[in-house]
Amino acid sequence: MAITLSASEMPGPPLSARLTTPQIWGIALLTPYLLVFLAFVVYPVCYGLWLARHPASYVALYHDPIFARAALNTLIFLVIGINFKMMVALFLSGFFVQSRSWIKWLSVLFILPWAVPSIPTILSVRFMFNPEWGVVNTLIFKLTGEDGPNWLNDPAVALTMAIGVHIWKSLPFWTLILMTGRLAISNDLFEAADVDGASWWQKFRFITWPSMQALYLTCTLLSMIWTLGDFNSVYLLTGGGPADLTHVLATLGIRYLRLDQLSLAMASIVCALPFVLPLIYFMMKRLSR
Amino acid sequence: MKLPTLREVGVEARLLLIGIPVFLWTMIPIYHMFLFAISPKEDAFSGKLWPNHPTLNNFRIVFHQEHYFLRDFWIQFWNSIVIAVAAGALTLMIATAAAFAISRLKVPGSRWVMNLALFTYFIPAAFLAVPMYRTMGNYGLLNNHWSLILAMVTIASPYAIWVLKQASDKLPVELDEAAVMDGATIPQLFRLVYVPLMMPSLVAIGTYAILLAWNEYLYAFLLLSKDTEITLPVALGNFLAADDSPWELLMTTGFIYALPPAAIYYAFKRYMVGGLTAGAVKS
Repeated sequence: MAITLSASEMPGPPLSARLTTPQIWGIALLTPYLLVFLAFVVYPVCYGLWLARHPASYVALYHDPIFARAALNTLIFLVIGINFKMMVALFLSGFFVQSRSWIKWLSVLFILPWAVPSIPTILSVRFMFNPEWGVVNTLIFKLTGEDGPNWLNDPAVALTMAIGVHIWKSLPFWTLILMTGRLAISNDLFEAADVDGASWWQKFRFITWPSMQALYLTCTLLSMIWTLGDFNSVYLLTGGGPADLTHVLATLGIRYLRLDQLSLAMASIVCALPFVLPLIYFMMKRLSR
Repeated sequence: MKLPTLREVGVEARLLLIGIPVFLWTMIPIYHMFLFAISPKEDAFSGKLWPNHPTLNNFRIVFHQEHYFLRDFWIQFWNSIVIAVAAGALTLMIATAAAFAISRLKVPGSRWVMNLALFTYFIPAAFLAVPMYRTMGNYGLLNNHWSLILAMVTIASPYAIWVLKQASDKLPVELDEAAVMDGATIPQLFRLVYVPLMMPSLVAIGTYAILLAWNEYLYAFLLLSKDTEITLPVALGNFLAADDSPWELLMTTGFIYALPPAAIYYAFKRYMVGGLTAGAVKS
């Protein structure tokens, strides 16, 4: 890297004369990706920003109660949902590194939510909680003789369940990642701690956590960025309802798009950028070393 | 045989106390889907843990397309396959070429390309979907399979390039030098040295891209709309539009749809876990 840098800073013959055969090949091999990038990332992003240029769109968003609610929901989803998910993943990663054959088998099953597509399983959850025919309310009726609640009709419950579905789907992935982090810690440290008679909390506090801290933070931020784009968990479970009270920014943008209010759709996304871009910048700093 | 001590029993009990809830949490939605798939319509809503008369009739109905919602099942299944395979193959080609150029040939400016790719990787999918929809419209690709294939390539290739670059950075430079000494040209170096050595990562990335495209709902639902053009997940979503949806058939179709990715995942698990988690998050 250092060599290419200093070479490009040096004044010299024109670019074409400085390129060697491998470099010409390299440029040719990079071209397909660059074309895809220009056509399907640069152009849409610029076009989208151009569509979002009218101040009137932001005024309209400001006056749209659904937008405020969606922004709040997104914040709850990210701050509470993701942090909770990552704490559970950290805890379970400690469980799954235990060497027992039944835990091995359980971990094979545990990865299923990640391996299967989200649509059928989210719909399955949706049916379980159907107020009239769903298995949950059928059981409640059998056991208590009373009708169960109309689960997805309460915005707070519905949003909680959407977060639950999201966690169900992505918990295995993050647990797996955090497991690799735990397995990278040298066992000598734990053996030494055992000799010194450390409690499990002390082992976690002084060995596990310090070596997993950076990974944990990276995972949490990455998960937050991706969860902003999680359309399925909310759309397929609640459809944004009841009364558009459970939208998140991801579903709201699509909702405006479907209503043919493209500039509003883009404006709602642009409003999220001040929060997203610093996260992305921070992640790129961490990962592009 | 040694009897377990009280302490060991205590540890085991505590592990079970975590294991059992984890098992239930993971399996209930999947089992519920399976239960619907093997239940006749009357049994499906009874709330039993096992149907009185388990049946494969639902599968027969789906396979023979004997319901209004299912009349295009096979063509939608085929669409899903075509799009997943095409997106997987294209991603693999584009990403391998790019990773080779960035990591082995050290093209000037390749660090920039890597950063651009990483940036794309971090754009939330639903945010890009809105302008992507219009872009595809401008290109005249809406309702064409190519729109979804290209969108999936766009989303899959940044991560693919990144993982492949990480993996190929680990190959020793001496290999390339030795091959060049022996008079290998760049295409030969790529074909005879690079690709064989990278096989495990290439399998992982190919699988990743195929699964991503097979599982995609949002883009498929935006970009394709004709009943004979859509993929299976969109068809499943369309079931929801009706109030009298035949749930047992929806769950059966969903079960059939979920099987191939699960099978592929477990078949390539050793590549996937090694190849993808190694690159997934660097601390």
